[in-house]
Amino acid sequence: MKHLIFVLLVSLPGLVAAELTAPLQSPDLDVFDTESLRRGAKLYGERCIGCHSLKHMRYKRIQKDLKLSDEDLKTLFPWLDKPTGTMTTAMPPDDAEKWFGLPTPDLSERIRARGADWVYTFLRSFYQDDGRPFGVNNWVFNDVGMPHVLWDLQGTQKAVVKDEKGTPVIKKLELVSPGSLTKKEFDLAVNDLVNFLNYVAEPAQIKRKKIGKYVLFYLIVLAFIMYRLKKVYWKEIH
Amino acid sequence: MSQDDSQIDHEKRKFLTQTATVVGAVGATMAAVPFLSYFKPSEVTLEAGAPIEVDITKLEPGQLIRVEWRGKPIWALKRTEEMLETLPKLEPLLRDPLSEESIQPAAAQNRYRSIKPEIFVAVGVCTHLSCSPTYRPEVAPPDLGKDWLGGFFCPCHGSRFDLAGRVYKKVPAPTNLEVPPYRYLTDTRIIVGEEEQQEESA
Amino acid sequence: MNECKDCGSRLLAWIDERFPLLKVWNEHFAKYYAPKNFNFWYFFGSLALLVLVNQILTGIWLTMNYKPSADRAFDTVEIIMRDVDWGWLIRYMHAVGASMFFIVVYMHMFRGMLYGSYKKPRELVWLLGMSMYVALMAEAFMGYLLPWGQMSYWGANVIISLFGAIPVIGDDLVTWIRGDFVISDVTLNRFFSFHVIAVPLVLVFLVFLHIVALHKVGSNNPDGIDIKAKKDKNGVPLDGIPFHPYYTVKDLFAATVFLTICAWIVFYAPDFGGFFLEHPNFIPADPLKTPEHIAPVWYFTPFYSILRAIPSKFGGMLAMFAAIIILFFLPWLDRCSVRSIRYRGITYKIALALFLISFLSLGYLGTIPPTPTAAFFGIVFTIVYFAFFLFMPIYTRMEITKPVPERVVWPPKPFLEREGWTPALARMIWKIMRPFFEKLAAILQSLPPYKKAAEAWSNTQTMIKNNKILRKFL
Repeated sequence: MKHLIFVLLVSLPGLVAAELTAPLQSPDLDVFDTESLRRGAKLYGERCIGCHSLKHMRYKRIQKDLKLSDEDLKTLFPWLDKPTGTMTTAMPPDDAEKWFGLPTPDLSERIRARGADWVYTFLRSFYQDDGRPFGVNNWVFNDVGMPHVLWDLQGTQKAVVKDEKGTPVIKKLELVSPGSLTKKEFDLAVNDLVNFLNYVAEPAQIKRKKIGKYVLFYLIVLAFIMYRLKKVYWKEIH
Repeated sequence: MSQDDSQIDHEKRKFLTQTATVVGAVGATMAAVPFLSYFKPSEVTLEAGAPIEVDITKLEPGQLIRVEWRGKPIWALKRTEEMLETLPKLEPLLRDPLSEESIQPAAAQNRYRSIKPEIFVAVGVCTHLSCSPTYRPEVAPPDLGKDWLGGFFCPCHGSRFDLAGRVYKKVPAPTNLEVPPYRYLTDTRIIVGEEEQQEESA
Repeated sequence: MNECKDCGSRLLAWIDERFPLLKVWNEHFAKYYAPKNFNFWYFFGSLALLVLVNQILTGIWLTMNYKPSADRAFDTVEIIMRDVDWGWLIRYMHAVGASMFFIVVYMHMFRGMLYGSYKKPRELVWLLGMSMYVALMAEAFMGYLLPWGQMSYWGANVIISLFGAIPVIGDDLVTWIRGDFVISDVTLNRFFSFHVIAVPLVLVFLVFLHIVALHKVGSNNPDGIDIKAKKDKNGVPLDGIPFHPYYTVKDLFAATVFLTICAWIVFYAPDFGGFFLEHPNFIPADPLKTPEHIAPVWYFTPFYSILRAIPSKFGGMLAMFAAIIILFFLPWLDRCSVRSIRYRGITYKIALALFLISFLSLGYLGTIPPTPTAAFFGIVFTIVYFAFFLFMPIYTRMEITKPVPERVVWPPKPFLEREGWTPALARMIWKIMRPFFEKLAAILQSLPPYKKAAEAWSNTQTMIKNNKILRKFL
């Protein structure tokens, strides 16, 4: 019995597989920060939608939730004639397979599966690797088939590799040549982008989080009344 | 089990039961809202019913074209001078010649029931039981009688409308054909489903 | 207008001549005498009914916009989540409701094991309940395919493939279940049909039978005493109280607390960290690419762990189904004459604790990837799980039980007092820990937030006392 407990205690950490990728960092998400969502949407329109669709996301919905006029929407997404339809990409899927080896994933689906932390860390973890077709690799997603679309903003990063028992392991990433943004500005820009993607993953969260507190308040009041009702009936049960 | 009636605080029981019922009923009503709102047309449906553009460049005088909007036939008819002349003559025979009880945009509430007199736009659905009337521009055909000066005839129940979609007296249809909201983008292009901005606020 | 004072009672009389309304009402509510000492564990039966109603209602609503085809299923779920007014709420209520259903049902079943509710004369109640549990698992399994996400697809794929392990007929059976050579549109359609109509009908019918059977024999209670043995001169059990109004108001209170918890989940953590809605299921099914780590939803993981623990395909399948089937035999495996754990011997208490630990651990292990360590513990806990049942006829026969009281213990004794050995231990711990607690309390009380809260609380109390209407609630 004692032996069993010992085995249990020693092996508990072993139950979780060792992490080989970058430790995930959390973005500061706020779906009510409309300004941040707009900045994120703009960046998405400039850098991402060329390859990645948001096919479940309607332009109308973005217009409504981000409180945009028709002109505002046009500044964010200049190719739009009118705010209808969903955010599909202009790139045919066949081309994607030709260029990247795989169809590019739709990000209105993928983000919720990966989680915001992963996306936030991923976008900041590209490093130089001349062995890869686009000259970059990613610390979170090894051998990723995607170029570093924000490189001119971030600059170039290099991996600091240490040898651990014969296998090279990345310890951290270092900025070797700065981009047009400082590190802080870049992190904020990525934060806006992830905030927007997190909103796109579940637009209903705005309404959900807004009305949740009223529903809870009502139910707590009702529970209190029910508690008194139960008490007054049960007073005589002895 | 002993239930000594004198021990029971009837007033408090009643008060709390009533409070619980009222508060509970309020909650149940609020909970019904999402379930009922769910039935409204979704964004998909609303976008499918978005305004459509109709090009009338090639419309010949006397010709009628049909387009679909929100699953209904929309007519665009270019009326000739002779056709327009028939409209005042028929007015004594009509139920609602001034379109006071019928549905149309404010800009089209006139004798011609249109923004420009020669172009007539209407929803091609009989106001009786939703059949689509046929376009009968000919004068005095044998089946419609010698008084017929051209118009629309509903094959289902025999309702008659003139060339401005105004309903005749003594037919089953209650009101004139509906004119959908529409406006001119240019002289030759119409958008159906949208009105002029000023008219909406008026 | 006509004065109609007795219209209500006349209408009731009119109905009663044609339908046994009053009789049903009396038998199941007003004159159904339930033991007065029900505790926390006795809320879960009515809560299960509440969740069932929620699932049926939200399910009907979801069906209005969902399309059961491989091409459209995933997209229509997204349309419900984004484009249909309030669709997200209905969908989350259904998804969270599914998980809550299992929480409630597991608690309800564990209650039965705590207080021996499956024992004579309630064997049939237990069997009907177990049938409902199996139907519920089938319902949940088939429902999980409908969103047509990666987990839907691969989860169904793994479980259906299990049947392929059956000798001789296996392969044909699997093809027959799927109606295709892989999980496809055809499979989705038949699962949809079962999920929305066939299984729910069975479930509702079983609920009806379960309640009828229960009300025939009467409810058990935490003391495991037959309250019908002691009746007053009117034939009313001395320790019984009418279900209505006493348990209706009590269950209503429990229901509002339960709904508050559910609402918190629905509005603030609808995927519950990936446990209620698994993250890979937000990606549409891709028959060419398995997700990195497949795990069933949490309520199946104990059985999934048992499946993985056995290093043979057929053996694993048998063990998994045996783990469920063996529960049916509980009334006959348990040879102890005492029902409630309160008066049972230490052997059963330890056995039940080990069973609980192994069930929860198997559940946890089923959610993580099968590392060698996890596999080792999977085997250990699988053995404990089966040992609990297989050795039950032996250890329950040898149990040294405590004397069972003649009447229900009223008022119920607190747990520490009831378990003879704990007060001494508790007192000792308290003696050692007391100075720490007092110091901690002193520190907390000196903090400004505490002072503010205390002030606000006393202000509220004065306000309530001075207010005519609010005073009535106290």
